[in-house]
Amino acid sequence: MSDKVKQPGVLAIGFARGILEIKQFMRQRESVVFTLLFPILLLFIFGSVFKDEIAPGVTFSQYFVAGMIASGLVNTGFQQLAITIPMERDDGTLKRLRGTPAPTASYFIGKVILVFVSMIIQVGLLLAFGVALYGISLPTTADKWLTLTWVMFLGITSSTILGIAFSVVPKSGRGASAVVSPIVIILQFFSGVFFVFTQLPTWMQNFAAIFPLKWLTQGVRSVFLPDSFAAQEVAKSWEHGRTALVLTAWLIVGFAIAIKTFRWERR
Amino acid sequence: MGARVWSVSNAIAVRALTKSYRNGKGARIDAVKGIDLEVATGEIFALLGPNGAGKTSTIEILEGYRKRDGGELSVLGEDPARTNLPAWRNRVGIVLQSTKDAADLSVVEILTHFAKYYSHPRDVDEVIAAVGLQEKRNARGEHLSGGQRRRLDVALGIIGNPELLFLDEPTTGFDPEARRSFWDLIRSLRENGTTILMSTHYLDEAEALADRVAVMNHGVIIDCATPEKLGGRDREKVNVRWRENGALHHELTDTPTEFVRVLAARIPGEIPELTMVRPTLEEIYLQMIGGEM
Repeated sequence: MSDKVKQPGVLAIGFARGILEIKQFMRQRESVVFTLLFPILLLFIFGSVFKDEIAPGVTFSQYFVAGMIASGLVNTGFQQLAITIPMERDDGTLKRLRGTPAPTASYFIGKVILVFVSMIIQVGLLLAFGVALYGISLPTTADKWLTLTWVMFLGITSSTILGIAFSVVPKSGRGASAVVSPIVIILQFFSGVFFVFTQLPTWMQNFAAIFPLKWLTQGVRSVFLPDSFAAQEVAKSWEHGRTALVLTAWLIVGFAIAIKTFRWERR
Repeated sequence: MGARVWSVSNAIAVRALTKSYRNGKGARIDAVKGIDLEVATGEIFALLGPNGAGKTSTIEILEGYRKRDGGELSVLGEDPARTNLPAWRNRVGIVLQSTKDAADLSVVEILTHFAKYYSHPRDVDEVIAAVGLQEKRNARGEHLSGGQRRRLDVALGIIGNPELLFLDEPTTGFDPEARRSFWDLIRSLRENGTTILMSTHYLDEAEALADRVAVMNHGVIIDCATPEKLGGRDREKVNVRWRENGALHHELTDTPTEFVRVLAARIPGEIPELTMVRPTLEEIYLQMIGGEM
């Protein structure tokens, strides 16, 4: 009957899914509050505890905001998806979707859009709060904003794809948080989100350097900290090239794993 | 089973289908042991059988959810395991067993969204009316009753205007009135030319809706016929009951017409409390599967 008729494309369906995902997300009050306000709460706590400058003209809050944006990428992408996708597997969302003409890639695109939009809101709120209450200074050159853009873009896509790839690990939605959250928290400690990275033991730094979060925090620091601070990084530079390389490698590996192992149904 | 000719002009044609799984201990379980099945275009076909009979495995292979181990398969003229899946799914509707997704979306929102997946979707409001959810149009999934939820499932199954609809135990948990109106909905789909393959635990449902039924047990199809003829039901003895001289009598007979003629000649006027009963589909079914349910 409809053999010859062109079906809606991958991108069109992916975009429609993105809109739907955002609508669903906004209606889940707990997850909205957690995702959007938790970083602000953390900034409030750390900003109240650590009031010293860690380098001339660099407050801990300024350092911490960079870490919060970077770990926001991991929370909103990786952590949230690795927990909610097993739930969608449990409640039949995925099985129903599998029974429609919607392509797998459209589902992934929808997730990227969801993470993208909630990340923009999250960063906007965090910066507004930081500027208003903790004297966070925003980047002033176009160059720095450009860096923020590509770091965020690579961070959002790789974090989303890795979250999708990791979603096969939790056996059920109920247990997912217990599997995923410790990984993220440990990575945050190891990657210099809560502490100044160079003050961590060398083995911890080396371990963190395998994973994306360390590179994301470093990339965002290069935007929010003065260039003079680069000398205090492990490599005495911001290492933009290596950051892009590591994140892209994780993105490609994550995508290959996600496509190959994605599960639509419970075992 | 009647020896029908293999033909891809049927909506569904299955030959020598097999499927086995490994259980938790690594032992092989043969879920489907070489079944043949044909569903004509435009008919309602019901697959019956106890839990673990292999119904769900069979249906999920037909739906393209699982891969088969052996046998031949044609669903709408294509093999789901080999075809371009999105293009094929564009012509198929699937109503799964109990779902609880999309709790945060309203009926109209979720249907409008799913309509975007298909090349020729039905009109959203028309589908909402067809499943009788007009009053719940703006209600979110989490606020629907079990029966309304099931109607939403069916609405999602038909939003793409499918040529073939799979219905997996559609009325489980319905009250009798909801089931009746659900049956009307299914009949109206057939009138529009949709082929329907359903599985059900309710024998009255199969009898009310299905053009043909197949009974499956232990991975094989035991019989496949119209509800009236299943398991030789049409040839079973008829139980005639009547009251004569103050006492109830009953008699199992192959020739009920002749028997009643004799009674009528013997008893003046109306025969008191006369009934003639053939075994119900449920009785036949229980005999066929050996009393397991």
